[in-house]
Amino acid sequence: MVANVETLDDFLKTQVLDPWKGPKKVPAAEYFTSGHRTCQGCESAQLMKLMAKAGGPRSIILGSTGCMYVANTTYYSTPWAVPWMHTQLGSSGSAATGTVAALRAMMRKGKMKKEPINVIAVCGDGGGADMGLSAISAALQHTHYNLLILLYDNESYANTDIQVSGSSPYGANSTFSTPGKVKRIMNKRWKKNTAAMLAAGHPDVRYVSTVCTAYPVDAMNSVRRALTIGGPTFVHSLDPCPKGWDYDPKFSHELGELAVETGIWPLYEVEEGQLRMIGRSKRIVEGQFKRKPVREYLRRQGRFAHFIDEDIEYFQKKIDDMWEKWLIPGVIPFAGKLNP
Amino acid sequence: MSPKTATARNPDKPRDTGEHEELISGSEAIAHACRLADVDVITAYPIRPYDTVMQYVAGMISNGDFDCEYIVAESEHSQFEIVKHASAVGARVFVGSSGVGWFYAFEALAVTAGLRLPMVAMVGNRALDDPGAFGVEHNDALAVRDLGWMLCWVETAQEALDTALIAYRVAEDTRVRLPCAISCDGAFLTHSQAIVKVPSQKMVDSFLPPYDRGDKQLHPDNPITIAPQANEDWLMEMRKQNDMAARRARGVIIEAYEDLNKKFGRGGEPFIERYMMEDAEIALVGMGTLAMPVKVAVRKMRAQGKKVGFVRVRWFRPFPTIELQDALKGVKAVGVIDRDYGFGSGFHSGVLANELRAALYPSKNRPKIASFIAGLGGREVTADNVVEITGLTRDAGNGKLDDQDTIWIGVRE
Ligand SMILES: Cc1ncc(C[n+]2csc(CCOP(=O)(O)OP(=O)(O)O)c2C)c(N)n1
Ligand code: SF4
Ligand SMILES: [Mg+2]
Repeated sequence: MVANVETLDDFLKTQVLDPWKGPKKVPAAEYFTSGHRTCQGCESAQLMKLMAKAGGPRSIILGSTGCMYVANTTYYSTPWAVPWMHTQLGSSGSAATGTVAALRAMMRKGKMKKEPINVIAVCGDGGGADMGLSAISAALQHTHYNLLILLYDNESYANTDIQVSGSSPYGANSTFSTPGKVKRIMNKRWKKNTAAMLAAGHPDVRYVSTVCTAYPVDAMNSVRRALTIGGPTFVHSLDPCPKGWDYDPKFSHELGELAVETGIWPLYEVEEGQLRMIGRSKRIVEGQFKRKPVREYLRRQGRFAHFIDEDIEYFQKKIDDMWEKWLIPGVIPFAGKLNP
Repeated sequence: MSPKTATARNPDKPRDTGEHEELISGSEAIAHACRLADVDVITAYPIRPYDTVMQYVAGMISNGDFDCEYIVAESEHSQFEIVKHASAVGARVFVGSSGVGWFYAFEALAVTAGLRLPMVAMVGNRALDDPGAFGVEHNDALAVRDLGWMLCWVETAQEALDTALIAYRVAEDTRVRLPCAISCDGAFLTHSQAIVKVPSQKMVDSFLPPYDRGDKQLHPDNPITIAPQANEDWLMEMRKQNDMAARRARGVIIEAYEDLNKKFGRGGEPFIERYMMEDAEIALVGMGTLAMPVKVAVRKMRAQGKKVGFVRVRWFRPFPTIELQDALKGVKAVGVIDRDYGFGSGFHSGVLANELRAALYPSKNRPKIASFIAGLGGREVTADNVVEITGLTRDAGNGKLDDQDTIWIGVRE
């Protein structure tokens, strides 16, 4: 047997998924439908819906353990109209890699019809940014594999009853970091800068972005860009979670906007090595929009109810640093100048 | 010989015209099986001694002898998860590990069996850390024995190659759909060369049908949801299905050996090998390359007129209860030699001895069973050790030795 010589076009071919210009251009067809039992106001479920729409019917979705597994796919009542498979908590990178490997081998050997199929692996902040980081990093090194890792970040291990993760905000109350009489701040870690870390650490990756479901069309177009640019890509979404963040579900959308407007969640994309700030975040950098005080964001959520002024000031200072001291505001956290 | 040049050997013997002979190690024999089975996705991660198989695979791919997606993963957990997902899409997969590497993948090993995916793995048996040790012990592969994995131990490179083909056939059979691990003793088999008959592609194709996932394939044309969350309302029924598959594996394995014997002219008896067991009064039982010194010792003792035989357990899962009851029914005493340990277990025996005791319990006139632990960490088990074990087993049969304890052989006190 002689191995076929692969040609680049054979395997970097993707589907054509042009961006949608505004909500009215978005088709009605849904691929994440009824049958799930996520909380009211769950922005992660919203993200699943947007992602499935953006990818369309010729997609395979893999999902790691977490709310988007347990609350979504109960035996006999799956909401997925596209093929979907569970993967282990730290395995989103491996799930995507294995799925693409199978498609490539079988198409190349004539065991399956040749066509571009979207492969999207979804993971939470716990599964993706903590446990599964090495597997995601490995997946992003397979530059000849078309795959998307979509991280839905609800800032806790939500499904196991809201425990602090490496992506939880400083000081947030969780069932593993409950403020008490002696210690007010149990989680002293600052949120990981996951998207920029992966972009900087994998310079061959052609697309990395941050999104927020408060801006749904942007989020969908980001997914479509990630699926069409070729090679492995990464999209990180901040998803307000009424249960974990402790607020009335009707404010989910508003909290997403506030996260961007206070500067906590910068929206950007790194495409072919070029960084572009998006929407409000772009206007913040350009000085056209003044960041709202973070107090407005923190005071809306029960998980920060124990904060005293000192904590809020510390928080504000960290965010000011992100925008005023970082090498690239909100993205690359090295203080200092390039040519001192 | 360097693994890299391994496939360049015998250039004037084209592979597709018929079976040919090669001097190869157990690891290289398995690599040939992967090539002949037209495996689609292979993942590697370095750990001795299993890693030799991946060195041969890499050489075959880079030389154009073998076409598959070959991924060097960043951990064993990923290594096994990657092939697990490839298998769900319909790819034939191969993977392997040793010792703590196998344990690093443990979560993936458990779910692969639960998902009923026909992954085929090679375990180059190795002692678990700590202390770090390279030599063979069987506790690594044995750890998955109750999860739905089929497990077999092979003695020779030839058996390794043939068993890998059997493993694909049985694992992928719709009546079974369970993963299968082929255990090869570290160093004694993975790194030792022997003359192996390498079958032709035509022979293999006549024996091994393609893997077809049918309506279980994860593909946009078949938009199923695999492994949705289930609780007490359904899980027990699912576990029962797994149990039924493990039961059906027996018959499918028997079919496969019948067919292999017919088409390849070799393969022997499924599940166990009976060595000089006719009229045996004392029977030794063990797995893997331990068979080599045991067979030498048995021949020697037979030449002295002693009625000693040996039963080599080839398949540990499904456990050959019926075959062992049959093979051991006439004997006075059985000596089980474990190359593994079961600390704190009943009689402090190894895993095989404990399983065998349970299997023989319902037999009429069950023999006395003496249990031995030997050869840990790759320590050599000599023919003299085997003679000593045989003597102790005879004593147990005569009531001169407590058969409710376990004896460690060749160990400094
Ligand atoms: C290996 C492993 N460890 C722990 C768990 C328990 N567990 C199930 S879901 C979950 C939370 C995952 O958090 P995240 O990835 O952030 O997803 P979320 O639940 O927030 O949606 C955990 C820890 C598990 N399933 N697997
Ligand atoms: S706990 Fe949070 S992430 Fe989980 S279903 Fe509820 S809102 Fe969604
Ligand atoms: Mg989470």
